[in-house]
Amino acid sequence: MRAEPAAWAAGAVALGGLPLLLSPFQVVQLTVFMAFCLLALSLDLIWGVAGILSFGQAAFFGVGGYAYGVVGINSGSTALALAGAVLGAALLAALLAYFTFYGRVGAMYFAVITLTVTLILHQVMGSTADPRYAIGAARLGGYNGMTNIPSLALELPGRAPTVLEPVPLFYAVGGLLLLVLVLGRALVRSPFGRVLVAIREDEGRTELLGYDVRWRKLLTFVIAGGIAGLAGGLFAGWGNFINPQVFSLSQSALVVIWVMVGGRGTLYGAIAGTLVVQSLTNYLGAASVTYTTVLLGLALVVIVLILPGGLVPALGRLLSRLAPRPGRALEVPP
Amino acid sequence: MRDLVLEARGVVKEFGGLRAVAGVDLTLRRGELRCLIGPNGAGKSTLFKLLAGVLRPTAGTIRFKGLDLSRLEPHEVARAGIGIKFQVPRVYDRLSVAENLWLAANFRHGRAAAGAAVERALAQVGFGERREATVAHLSHGDRQWVEIGMVLAAEPELILLDEPTAGMTRAEARRTAGLVREINRRATVVVVEHDMDFVRQLAATVTVLHRGAVLAEGSMDEIRDNATVRDIYLGTRRRARG
Repeated sequence: MRAEPAAWAAGAVALGGLPLLLSPFQVVQLTVFMAFCLLALSLDLIWGVAGILSFGQAAFFGVGGYAYGVVGINSGSTALALAGAVLGAALLAALLAYFTFYGRVGAMYFAVITLTVTLILHQVMGSTADPRYAIGAARLGGYNGMTNIPSLALELPGRAPTVLEPVPLFYAVGGLLLLVLVLGRALVRSPFGRVLVAIREDEGRTELLGYDVRWRKLLTFVIAGGIAGLAGGLFAGWGNFINPQVFSLSQSALVVIWVMVGGRGTLYGAIAGTLVVQSLTNYLGAASVTYTTVLLGLALVVIVLILPGGLVPALGRLLSRLAPRPGRALEVPP
Repeated sequence: MRDLVLEARGVVKEFGGLRAVAGVDLTLRRGELRCLIGPNGAGKSTLFKLLAGVLRPTAGTIRFKGLDLSRLEPHEVARAGIGIKFQVPRVYDRLSVAENLWLAANFRHGRAAAGAAVERALAQVGFGERREATVAHLSHGDRQWVEIGMVLAAEPELILLDEPTAGMTRAEARRTAGLVREINRRATVVVVEHDMDFVRQLAATVTVLHRGAVLAEGSMDEIRDNATVRDIYLGTRRRARG
């Protein structure tokens, strides 16, 4: 396990060097991909580690984005806006989790409920086009979305805030992603994380061992919701814009696809899956292939068929075959 | 009655129209070793699940150290000090032996003491060398041992074992009998079993269940001499006709 800090250090160095190698456009693209990586990571925490399929991570992402917009437009502060994004999403997650986990709603129903909440938000936010739907100075804007959302800015005490240029913004989002990854891995490997894995493997058995699974699931769902909210806030600050499209069915499914392609349960897989799928989408789009979605779908089917556990676990198996040592297979097999 | 650990009064469990347990009274004193036996469909497994707090009785009460089990959440039953081993081993297949035992030990002993409890349990079930083995790769008999190890790691006051020797060889079953007698020195133990050899080796008080009710209770010799019990086990038709 000592290899892991080394991998993080390598990741940090790679992150530091990338803007020197990439075009300005690619830097901007990769920045938003990293925000998506955070969203995928949040799903992997709740689904891959704790075994609870949430089809509604997009909802927390969207709520985070809108909260960032509302707080940002009204206060002008990036820090407050990001805090609002995290808290808003976490609050919604807490509410949902309380009623479902304490009401002992089954896993399938839970997935359906989270998806339903997302689609309801899509409808509700879509019908706010009238100017009277505004929170302070922030107009919600219906399907046209919320505009004039302030960019992410560096706020130091005693100085005027400076809006982050593309490269510093890249470092800021990348740094946050790395930080959340390191904290997430620490959580997974902590005793709390081991109990989460036990809940994933056999929830009823874990209860009979004396663990109250309800608050553990709630806490994990709230943490995951907060991370998705952070991702949404970064997304809104990156593009100065958010619209109800973030609550759409395709967006909800996309998050699940990212994690599936990368492989569940490792957190690394979520990041790898997001980068691969988004890069592929971009590449196909840029090559102006007529049937981008069809080709993308085909590619995903092929990946899932060849590597049912996902990319990262497959890579792990390959590495352990090259350098055999007793390993722990905590990732989810197909 | 301070030494009364478990007290079931008039326990009934119905599934739809089926009366699986039809008014059972059962008392267990601290340190007792009790076997529940009976033919298939006698209600042993249902009674076991009621005692374990997995099922809630339709009528009647089950008290563990004075606590009403039917009012407890599943995790509170374990916290109160009841350890359960299921008929089909319910273990975490994709985790290692040590991780399985750690999960059982952690909630009861806390982080600091869990490690030591795991080591003790590993030694008791003889898994010291295979502690890192993934449970899915073990034989059925070994998986039984892993679950027994989990119960031991939690060090509960009352241990419920549902057919612990299912899938074990004769030699393994003998070893299990020895282990059950050993853990009985520190805990009250209830064993549901239909392997009569095993029950004899335990030398415990035996409760015979039939059609959801207690038919007889006593030592193995007393039970063997009981004509009604013999009837049920030998399947004579005399009673059915008469």
